[in-house]
Amino acid sequence: MPTLNLELLESKLKEHFNENILSTSMEVDMFTVVVSKEVLHDVVRFLKDDAYFNFHYLTTLCGLHYPDSPFPFGLMIQLHNMPENSRIRIKSFTGDNEPTFLTLTDLWPAANWMEREAYDFFGFRFTGHPDLRRIVNMDSLEGWPMRKEYPLEDPFRKDKDDKMFGR
Amino acid sequence: MTKNQQVTIPTNTALQEKDYTILNLGPTHPATHGIFQNVMKMDGELIVSAEPTIGYIHRAFEKLAERRPFYQITPITDRLNYCSSPINNMGWHMTVEKLAGIEIPKRVQYLRVIIMELARIADHIICNSVIGVDSGAMTGFLYIFQWREYIYEIYEELCGARLTTNIGRIGGLERDFNEKAWEKIHYFLKEFPKGLKEFENLLVRNRIFMDRTIKCGPISADRALAYSFSGPNLRAAGVDYDVRVMNPYSSYEEFSFTIPIGTNGDTYDRFMVRQREMWESLSIIQQAIDKINALEDKTSYHGNVPEFFLPPKEEVYNSMEALIWHFKIVMGETTIPKGEVYHCVEGGNGELGFYLVSDGGRTPYRLHFRRPCYIYYQAYPEMVKGSMLSDAILTMSSMNVIAGELDA
Repeated sequence: MPTLNLELLESKLKEHFNENILSTSMEVDMFTVVVSKEVLHDVVRFLKDDAYFNFHYLTTLCGLHYPDSPFPFGLMIQLHNMPENSRIRIKSFTGDNEPTFLTLTDLWPAANWMEREAYDFFGFRFTGHPDLRRIVNMDSLEGWPMRKEYPLEDPFRKDKDDKMFGR
Repeated sequence: MTKNQQVTIPTNTALQEKDYTILNLGPTHPATHGIFQNVMKMDGELIVSAEPTIGYIHRAFEKLAERRPFYQITPITDRLNYCSSPINNMGWHMTVEKLAGIEIPKRVQYLRVIIMELARIADHIICNSVIGVDSGAMTGFLYIFQWREYIYEIYEELCGARLTTNIGRIGGLERDFNEKAWEKIHYFLKEFPKGLKEFENLLVRNRIFMDRTIKCGPISADRALAYSFSGPNLRAAGVDYDVRVMNPYSSYEEFSFTIPIGTNGDTYDRFMVRQREMWESLSIIQQAIDKINALEDKTSYHGNVPEFFLPPKEEVYNSMEALIWHFKIVMGETTIPKGEVYHCVEGGNGELGFYLVSDGGRTPYRLHFRRPCYIYYQAYPEMVKGSMLSDAILTMSSMNVIAGELDA
């Protein structure tokens, strides 16, 4: 059960980052904050270094793609404060077709492969990442497989009509 | 010193440019227990650096999941950590239940706990006995594996499958435990402690095994947290983080059990943490059985969720409405709420998380698996640096890296 004071967290974030905090909400049981791309790294660093909030553990990081939105590409980061047992989700969106974010590898070595995965599947660039290359897909793969426009099956296949399960 | 004197300063380039051996460990190597490749730079038998290459069995689960209705994702989760598939299945079902706000009867939650703890024991048996094999002790592996086989027989009674179980449904279990299953679970509870004790006697205080595993592949608590370790590997480093206690699911808060932790985070500690956890799991199963017997509810094996729970097979075969309803559920035509949810369970090797974004469509809009071993395997080069090649093998098997989960 989360024990951190979420109202305090929200007001602190707004105090430090003003209008760069785009929205805050409670998604089922997870406090979610959407921040602008420019301050993403600062927000994460603030949450990690602040003695009270102390989000010291990087749970996961992944890419998001909403092709119909004006800001289609998003990065989702989840942090965890183990002593207080609180979790937070941070999202940041960009309209750039070659999205670039600041790396989190300077804060957690664990971010290394997570960011490589986001690069591999979504084509996100991470400035300052020590070794940004594909991780599970083959190096010769073209395109970014987890983007919505990337077909699941070979688009040249004629023998299979997959209208039923297509989105 | 005259001007023309030619002094050649001796250079020791030969020493600086040491001739390292590049050793390819894997992709298929009998000692790696899966398809991992490690390109190791060796100085004699010492490892200078290791570079893991992963992705040999990548199957694009996250992409596949975007085109599959919820029930068709369960078999995908089987193939993540295939040593403890039931935990993955239940984790996925509980994620959907969290999204849809489904209440599950107590009895079902306890039944799930029994299955999940059996799966945890099976997972730990594999990992620990393989540590024994890699350090040269084959005997323990041969004897303890009959109990893993027995757990698979229990699965078979519960769902008909053994390895990739596809067990349970959204909202409950597909059927109640039958008499045979209860019989086998009770037999397991009675006889397994003897087998586990025997296994412990072989290894725990074995001088050779201790010499081999203590201080082999250690990691400090700080580094383990920085690398986002979870599960037994993090606990071996001395951090008492267990999802079952921190974010209880399926009524784990009602059970009393201890979280074993280590101090050095080395292979021996990881082995011992898993060993202790098996005893704890046994006690949890016993508690769950007692709780089930104490309940008034003796029959329910699923919640009241017609939107998600498949109708009974007899009705599907004999009535048109049930058949239509069955088809609607399988095709994902029922009402699926919008929203995003993260649910995590304590898997065999750490915090297994499901991040599900639903737009109300028949398939998830986005599904991200937080796979524990994908995240902690990146610490491997740091853990084996400067150690012997044979220690690297032992470190890898003690980290419980499962290829299916690693590559997703």
